[in-house]
Amino acid sequence: MPFAPYILATDVLLWLLVGAVAFYGWYCRRRPHLAAPWKRVFQSKAALITSVVLVCYAAAGLSDSLHFRPKLPGGNAYSPEVLSVLDLALAGLRERREKTYSAPLATRLYAKEQIEAPDGKLSREFPRLRHGGAHLADEAAAMSDILTKALAGLAIAGFVSVGMFLGIAPLRRRWPDVPWRAAVATLAAILMLALPVALLAQGYHVLGTDKVGQDVLYQALKSIRVSLVIGTLTTLVLLPLGIALGVMAGYFRGWIDDTIQYLYTTLNSIPGVLLIAACVLMMQVFVDRHPEWFDTAAQRADFRLLVLCAVLGLTSWTGLARLLRGEALKLSQLEYIQAAHAFGVSDARILGRHILPNVAHIVIITLVMDFSGLVLAEAVLSYVGVGVDPATTSFGTMINAARLEMGREPIVWWSLAAAFAFMFVLVLAANLLADAVRDGFDPRVRVGTVPV
Amino acid sequence: MLAYIIRRMLYAIPILIGVNLITFLLFFVVNTPDDMARMQLGNKRVTPEAIEKWKVDHGYDKPMTTIFYEKSVKLFVFEFGAAEDGRDIANEIATRMWPSLALAVPVFLVGLAVNITFAMFMAFFRATYLDFWGVVMCVAMMSISTLFYIIGGQYVASKVWHLVPISGFDSGLEAAKFLVLPAVIGVVAGIGSGGRWYRTLFLEEMSRDYVRTARAKGLAESAVLFRHVLKNAMIPILTGAVVVIPLLFMGSLLSESFFGIPGLGSYTIDAIQAQDFAVVRSMVFIGSLLYIAGLLLTDLSYTVVDPRIKLE
Repeated sequence: MPFAPYILATDVLLWLLVGAVAFYGWYCRRRPHLAAPWKRVFQSKAALITSVVLVCYAAAGLSDSLHFRPKLPGGNAYSPEVLSVLDLALAGLRERREKTYSAPLATRLYAKEQIEAPDGKLSREFPRLRHGGAHLADEAAAMSDILTKALAGLAIAGFVSVGMFLGIAPLRRRWPDVPWRAAVATLAAILMLALPVALLAQGYHVLGTDKVGQDVLYQALKSIRVSLVIGTLTTLVLLPLGIALGVMAGYFRGWIDDTIQYLYTTLNSIPGVLLIAACVLMMQVFVDRHPEWFDTAAQRADFRLLVLCAVLGLTSWTGLARLLRGEALKLSQLEYIQAAHAFGVSDARILGRHILPNVAHIVIITLVMDFSGLVLAEAVLSYVGVGVDPATTSFGTMINAARLEMGREPIVWWSLAAAFAFMFVLVLAANLLADAVRDGFDPRVRVGTVPV
Repeated sequence: MLAYIIRRMLYAIPILIGVNLITFLLFFVVNTPDDMARMQLGNKRVTPEAIEKWKVDHGYDKPMTTIFYEKSVKLFVFEFGAAEDGRDIANEIATRMWPSLALAVPVFLVGLAVNITFAMFMAFFRATYLDFWGVVMCVAMMSISTLFYIIGGQYVASKVWHLVPISGFDSGLEAAKFLVLPAVIGVVAGIGSGGRWYRTLFLEEMSRDYVRTARAKGLAESAVLFRHVLKNAMIPILTGAVVVIPLLFMGSLLSESFFGIPGLGSYTIDAIQAQDFAVVRSMVFIGSLLYIAGLLLTDLSYTVVDPRIKLE
């Protein structure tokens, strides 16, 4: 084989989660009462538009979650460097490295250097980039070259978009309530942005390069995976704890309730960042003590990421538990639960069949709402120094590295701008989708007792 | 009333003991003092003697129970011990508290006023384009990272416009020029989530029956909003705000470290980055103490603002 698959723990969990979501979708499809709220959600334009955006992010993140090690040329050994499918797709971006900073779409480096002219004279000037605009014979033609490429990209995107608009007719006949046009318009807008960028990226660094000459666009795309992992895998810890403890506290009451309430008040009373910091510091000591557990740097960074998710989950289940406790308390008073008791149905069965399905909407709303907060938290935690491994590319580490260059004159702004822009779009989409999901699922909104 | 307060304060004791146990487990049991010593002294080429010396210096060479008594139980009497640089932590906290408060209190008060005003504005114009775009602005502002507000604000105000110094601190009134920018940034960063949250509160309050009665009496919409809705919405607003008041002492982690304000927030961040376990432990304890104080204050504030509630 020309490559050896390399499986990281977060990859497995991420794909399992994708599988679980797919199963849930299939399960809902055949049950009208479960499908109804999702239908309501996707009848809103905001939900569909944001879903399209999020699917694009997910595609980047998931293709970055299929890792392998390529075979070294000549011989049977595999490279120690772990690559992903996304790296393969962006191979050009990854390999075209410059010496140091260069501005977006620049043809010359950002710092002056001693250059020896063919006649032996030394002069200090901005050297040409190794790759950015290297295909140009005449540098002055850069502007027109960029414009041509961008327009060509736009033209292709325009043709594809028209095709898509015509192609959705069967979909619109099949599901007339879904605002398909909004979805296609979003996709068209993304294409109009992505295609020119893709064409330009062949010859330029569209978002510039960072301190070690790495393409910023490549870094930003690589950062998406960490955000997705933190935003989704955290729920694997948060959900079981929050659901089990919250529902049990509300249903059984008495000493169980007291114990669980005590547990979450105690955890809540420790300031979040400090608890996370303490856990992460301890984990660092632990990793340092067991170097033999990790074959490669990728594995160690992955372990750190996984533990960070676990720590975030451990510190944030309390909110969900409190909500579910209140709801379970209310539900366990209702007649149908009392009827179940009277029929001699066991507690486990009542919890599983009557309480859980009736608190599911709270769980789904909380999950979607938490995502954006977690993505933002990653950046802050990485800044504080208790986030992801410093070697991992994430929005937090990008911001952290670029922040130190704020003092430069003229300022190096593109790394920061790229990280913030990618993060902003992701979080905004997640927030808007969360609102749509809440509106679709909250029974109070449907009945009209709560103003939207 | 007094009996209630005393009872609530007694409730706090098991919680504090729990916090103490958690931190003790995290800091001493999950990783032994030997690991911490190696971490502090650098992983490579540490002699066993150096580790022993570090442990003796920090009092970690004793049996676990003694360590628990000396390091964790003593937190209850505010004996925090010394930081890695040898300074007394309690002393440090007492001096660093003031810069933190000087930043956190204005941000809290002005933020509350701005958010409530903005939310009232949106509620007054509810279901119009003003309200719609107000909410859109809130969601957009919520989606921006705090780091962006700080870095962007610092760049524009200090580097481009040269309005205020980039960072630093001074004693007395001189400090004001260093505090204006972080305070403004703190307020702006909070408008998104705050404004939206209060708007929901107001709208929920406006769907009540007494509002319909007030309108039916023929009151002007502004009178309904300011005299009836605002007063009643004050109950959830105040009780929600009271819980964070004690935590203002802890300062703001990000603003303080970006603007070089020598408060407790930057102290905490420095301690985390220097892996100063004694300081982190002390801050965890103080943080939870203040949080519990906030919960107690919340309960008390209910009785003050809502005459229907009687604490027994």
